[in-house]
Amino acid sequence: MKPLKLLGVVMLVVLVGIQFIPSRTNQDKETPPSDFILAKGVPENIGHILRTSCYNCHSNNTSYPWYSRVQPVGWFLQNHINKGKAELNFSEFGAYSVRKQKSKLSSMVSQVEKDEMPLTSYTFIHHEARLKPENKKALINYLNALQDSLQ
Amino acid sequence: MKTTMIMLFLALLSWGASAQHDHSSMGNSGNSHSSMTPKMKEEPRVIPSITVKHSLLVTSILDNYLALKDALVDGNGKKAASSGKLLFDALGKFDISSQATTKQKELKDIIDDAKENAEHISENADKIAHQREHFELLGGDLKDLIVIAGADRTLYQLFCPMYNNSKGGKWLSASDKVRNPFYGDEKMKCGRVLVEIKVK
Repeated sequence: MKPLKLLGVVMLVVLVGIQFIPSRTNQDKETPPSDFILAKGVPENIGHILRTSCYNCHSNNTSYPWYSRVQPVGWFLQNHINKGKAELNFSEFGAYSVRKQKSKLSSMVSQVEKDEMPLTSYTFIHHEARLKPENKKALINYLNALQDSLQ
Repeated sequence: MKTTMIMLFLALLSWGASAQHDHSSMGNSGNSHSSMTPKMKEEPRVIPSITVKHSLLVTSILDNYLALKDALVDGNGKKAASSGKLLFDALGKFDISSQATTKQKELKDIIDDAKENAEHISENADKIAHQREHFELLGGDLKDLIVIAGADRTLYQLFCPMYNNSKGGKWLSASDKVRNPFYGDEKMKCGRVLVEIKVK
């Protein structure tokens, strides 16, 4: 076998092989009491925006696209989600200290205001996650008001 | 006669104080601010002060915070990042168990939040606007820290009302002279002293 052909075969075997490595998914079945929407009594319209545009990477419940089952794409996504959750996890928000909640709210506002979030690399594929101007405004107003109300 | 003398003395005293004030503001470098409004002096304002206990536990935290602040005043994101890293390390070394048990929970929250902010600053050398956001949060954390744990030097909490869409931004400095870390050269003079933090 020519070396190039051999390389192709090896790569194919590896690519097929890694599909069988068990991988964990980020899908808690239940919503914990510390969940942001639950703990803060977030109004339905704001909750909907958060679930659509933020929760996939910033909570313990991701609704995965079909291609997430193909490796290494799935691992890439998982890594991405882990990073997102380390920064801000809406599922645990209610368990954060008030100080941390305020800091996170402040960062959320500035990230959304500056269109840093949701990430363009994400909205490029997930069109529905894009923030419409009116939703963006409503979200910012809500987060600002919530931050002011925390003592 | 006696009252006149006292009045005269007081007048002299206040003149002396305002003259001193003039002198200090003239000492500021590049004061485009004051030259534009030469006669419009603010009313002499009494700056409120608080007193905290003396403590050497926060020395390296404050050293690195102030170095970070100076880097942001200079608009140097790279230097801010390295100071942010040193600050992160210094915060990690703060011994919460040495403090009153009733205050330990709050101190842990403060240190955790401050560490997270310092970490963001250390990781975003090329995004100074982002560093400044976390620097603002950090300033609040450290003020609360020294109110509980004490400080080793006199500090001033300053306030820039324009920052963050006019929500305002606070920071700490060892000097009451305004040098704005949120804008740097862009608005170097924006701000005022909110409170003087004295050490017992």
